[in-house]
Amino acid sequence: MIADTKTPGGHGEPPLLVDIRGLSIGFAASGSGAPIVRDIDLAIRAGECVALVGESGSGKSLTARSLLNLAGDGARVESRRFHLRGRDARGFREADWRRLRGTVTGLVMQDALVSLDPLRTIGQEVGEVLSEHRILRGRTAIAARVRDVLGKVGIPDPEVRSRQYAHQLSGGLRQRALIAAAIAGDPDLIIADEPTTSLDVAVQAQVLQVLAERVREGAGLLLISHDLAVVSGIADRVIVMREGRAVDSGPTADVLMRPRHPYTRQLIAAIPSAASRGRRLASATPVGPSGPARAAPPPRRGPGDVPVLEVRGIAKDYPTRPGIGRAGSTLTALTDVSFAVRAGEVVGIVGESGSGKSTCAKIVLGLLAPDRGAVRLLGQPWSGIREPERRPLRPRLQYIPQDALSSFDPRYRVSEIIAANLAGLRPADRPGRVAALLEQVGLRADLAGRHPRALSGGQRQRVSIARALAAEPALIVCDEPVSALDIGIQAQVLDLLGDLRDRLGTALLFISHDLGVIQHLADRVLVFHDGRLVEEGPVGEVLCTPGHAYTRTLLAAQPRLAGGLPAHAH
Amino acid sequence: MNAPSRMPAAAPGEIAAAFPPGDLPGLDRLRASKPGRDWTSAPAFHLSALFLVALLIVAAVPSLFTGYDPLTGDFAEGLKPPSWAHLFGTDRLGRDVLARTLHGARYSLLIGLSGMAISVVAGVLLGILAGQQNRLLDEATSRIFDVLSSFPGVLLAMLVVTFLGQGMLNIAVAVGIAGIPKFGRVVRAQTQLVRDADYVTQAAIYGLGRRQVFLRHVLPNVLVAVPVIATVYIGSTILTVSGLSFLGLGPQPSTPEWGVMLAESRDVLRVAWWPAVFPGAAITLTVIAFSVVGGVLQKRFEGRLA
Amino acid sequence: MWSRIASRLLTSLVVAWASVTAAFLALHALPGRIEDILAGDVDYPGLREAIAAEWGLDRSLFEQYAAFVSRIAGGDLGTSYVLRQPVTEIVGSQLWPTVQLALAAGVLAVALAVSVALLTAGRGRRARKLASILELVLASTPVFWIGILLLMLFSFTLRWFPVSGANGWTSLVLPSIALALPTAGLLAQVLREAIEKTLDQPFVTTIRARGVGEFAIRARHVLRHALLPAVTLGGWLIGGLLGGAVITEKVFGRPGLGSVTLGAVLTHDVPVVLAVVLLAAFIHVAASTILDILYLLIDPRLRAA
Repeated sequence: MIADTKTPGGHGEPPLLVDIRGLSIGFAASGSGAPIVRDIDLAIRAGECVALVGESGSGKSLTARSLLNLAGDGARVESRRFHLRGRDARGFREADWRRLRGTVTGLVMQDALVSLDPLRTIGQEVGEVLSEHRILRGRTAIAARVRDVLGKVGIPDPEVRSRQYAHQLSGGLRQRALIAAAIAGDPDLIIADEPTTSLDVAVQAQVLQVLAERVREGAGLLLISHDLAVVSGIADRVIVMREGRAVDSGPTADVLMRPRHPYTRQLIAAIPSAASRGRRLASATPVGPSGPARAAPPPRRGPGDVPVLEVRGIAKDYPTRPGIGRAGSTLTALTDVSFAVRAGEVVGIVGESGSGKSTCAKIVLGLLAPDRGAVRLLGQPWSGIREPERRPLRPRLQYIPQDALSSFDPRYRVSEIIAANLAGLRPADRPGRVAALLEQVGLRADLAGRHPRALSGGQRQRVSIARALAAEPALIVCDEPVSALDIGIQAQVLDLLGDLRDRLGTALLFISHDLGVIQHLADRVLVFHDGRLVEEGPVGEVLCTPGHAYTRTLLAAQPRLAGGLPAHAH
Repeated sequence: MNAPSRMPAAAPGEIAAAFPPGDLPGLDRLRASKPGRDWTSAPAFHLSALFLVALLIVAAVPSLFTGYDPLTGDFAEGLKPPSWAHLFGTDRLGRDVLARTLHGARYSLLIGLSGMAISVVAGVLLGILAGQQNRLLDEATSRIFDVLSSFPGVLLAMLVVTFLGQGMLNIAVAVGIAGIPKFGRVVRAQTQLVRDADYVTQAAIYGLGRRQVFLRHVLPNVLVAVPVIATVYIGSTILTVSGLSFLGLGPQPSTPEWGVMLAESRDVLRVAWWPAVFPGAAITLTVIAFSVVGGVLQKRFEGRLA
Repeated sequence: MWSRIASRLLTSLVVAWASVTAAFLALHALPGRIEDILAGDVDYPGLREAIAAEWGLDRSLFEQYAAFVSRIAGGDLGTSYVLRQPVTEIVGSQLWPTVQLALAAGVLAVALAVSVALLTAGRGRRARKLASILELVLASTPVFWIGILLLMLFSFTLRWFPVSGANGWTSLVLPSIALALPTAGLLAQVLREAIEKTLDQPFVTTIRARGVGEFAIRARHVLRHALLPAVTLGGWLIGGLLGGAVITEKVFGRPGLGSVTLGAVLTHDVPVVLAVVLLAAFIHVAASTILDILYLLIDPRLRAA
């Protein structure tokens, strides 16, 4: 495989920054010895964005890190061809790699709070690459360049910010600072590993904009993401990975807009959106965009008129603890929120972190007393009474948290977790009921004897749902129940929740940061912003013709698979 | 391309185990599975556990393993180096060092464990009290821990002995009191951890009352940690006990206790190494065995919570 | 940040006051006992009353407490029951050899622990294994046994160092090594684990991706993180060194607080033991207060308040 890589493709195309063929990565110590990443081809040109998409464990991060020789301790990287900016990297020693890092390749990772050294200032972090590679000498020259780079990624007051620490910046600014640290050495290639995953949609859009700007200026970008919508907005080419192999690749328009490969189709079909309403997300047969083979929606009892939950004018103020991340003594508040949930209805709550969603959920769950206003459950007072008085109604209101595992007593097996919520049943009847509930959520009955630690994330979330159902509730509060799950698993869990709503007529109060999930599942939506309920109404109305400015920003920032997807047909 | 082999990754099978089919953990999770302490490996654990079991049997019936009386000896046979007749040699009074070392297990374990029991009971009670959602209670107990722990353990124990006098029970009490803050703090932290855990919140949502939540979820999850913490700390208790005995504050002179034996060996060190080496090795091995077993238990316990 | 420092100082004062109170209560916990000790073997009618009057034991408990606290605040630790000398004098004359030993051992322990941890953390599997076994063995070995082994080897067999005494630096070498080794073992364990935990943090990957070398990563970034748990151990370390010094002095026949304290314990000379214990507690409190403030300087995240 000796080729003259200095020739950039011939026809005046920008130079190849990365040219890799047959990449395999394994771990010397892994038992089977089988490589985790197998036979990947990867080429990135200057001014081009290539995306690696796939579920967690598909090997996309490992592939990306191998470009820095940071695949991990004991990683065995093999390839037929491994050229970085025209140089064969296969014979590189550690010192050669180090010269490349920061100057040829820059890495942006997920969460800037833990990806920047928390004990050093932003200025020190951004400037380190400059002094390390002796790009600039002298404190003032480095400081000037740091301010320059911070300005470039859109950080206001770079002078002030460079003297602050990561924990003192907001999530968006922090992530920009992380990008600034990666591009300070002016690398040709930026490797961004899930760079926006922990951010709110509006901030995510801004951060993606910063990265797109670098690409326009001629940098190559390798974007690693689990989110097809994010990728479709920025990538020129896409590689879909699954279990360490590239199963599909090509220009973004071809791969994502006209998906041919079954796995890609399955991934796209699993994305919840307005268009996916009433159809199953996880389908055995992939759903194409041209012929949406909609499964016949199961007969559904419509929302009744009886209100299960009534929330009137609740408000909550609490002083933010002056601690990590927050310096001031500002008051987070929930201001005058009123809404109702009717029997069998799915009400979605959307909003950014800090918008008051969680506070509202805690008040509804009776874990927090509102400062003003009142909550009624099934027509009876729910707030403002003592806990023992609430107890008889407790089974009627259940909860599905985001992190199922931590909501299980670590000593309990699956059967005990579910049986703990069967207080009304005679002990002899419990095993049968547990088995029935497990079947209802699509789990084998023999999982009852297992510890949740031995289950996968999807299975744990199903156990959590079974536990909620055990109490035969009228309303379940779901707090981001699918946001920690991979898209395929998310699809299955959403399908399950939809089925249960249809069959059992349980009302759901569904909190999510993902508008698509709400559009897919909810009947009505509540939009929270700065502790206020700014807009409320049927999902179709609110999210198609938004009345409030904030809802419009939220919708505009929502990444979507652009082009001819049914999601945006109407 | 060269494999960067700065450090081999995890043990065989660990990577595969970290990637169960279904939903797979991320790359950084893989890194986190690296063992922190290398001596917490399986063979070390089994060896240590075996040693402790043997030690318990020896402590229970030492006469099974030696024909010599630990208290009387043939004066003419004094300070004989190790031989077939006396595997560990004899001390100044002609007593068999092996017999004394074996009988010593009983004293060290007994004093160490009773001291531990005092620390455990007091520490668990105070720690659970401190871990309740009551600021005043927490402040008060935490200050008690602060005060107790600001006295160095050995010196605090010496103070207790000053009042109570010498003796085995008294140094057990002394060491027990000195160990309270260590224990109490860990139990307090564990109580707070459990109290704020999601599954406790969840239990309130089922409709369990405060007392039921405490009895059914908080208390058991705090108590399961206690044997683990105890095993981790027992080593340092035994060390302190032997130190106090060495100073002559514990059992009467000529008692076959390891610390006392070492104090006696100090006087004959110029001519005989064996009375000093074997009891010291016994203490060290015992403490190592407890540390290894405790460390492995702790690691498993933390893994269970992670 | 200043409010944190202020509250920390206040806490230390409370702890110091509580220690003194605890000491006072301990002193009076066993009624009649003090007179017994003072009387010794002599016994005649009216002796105990005379003693009580002389030592102020006949005043009300509160008066005695107030006198006790003000006395200690003024630096007067009382009078020895047995030696009939001011405790401050007895302790003061024996303080320096012990402090010398504890300091030498402390410096040695920290130097050993930091270098072992820096050299082995996250390096080759074999080096780490070896280091961790060494740390475990050292941390599990009684100070006095190490002392005895050192004496056997270097004093009796090789005759490099004196067997006992406190004359010149040669007599300090073996005791400080004996005292330093177990402490170094424990400290190295904590440091190495902290370093390895830090090396697993995502930000280390970011730093590697900037082209920073492994040594610079450790020296510039990781060591600072690893110091945090080690600093928390600092107070305990100082207490351990003082306690260990008492035992080490007995092994090597060194003069110092050890022999004074031991003698006092055996003769129930409560004021002397109390003085030594209080002195150690004050040193401990002062040291951990300084370390806590140091902690704030190392970690900007805690400075927010």
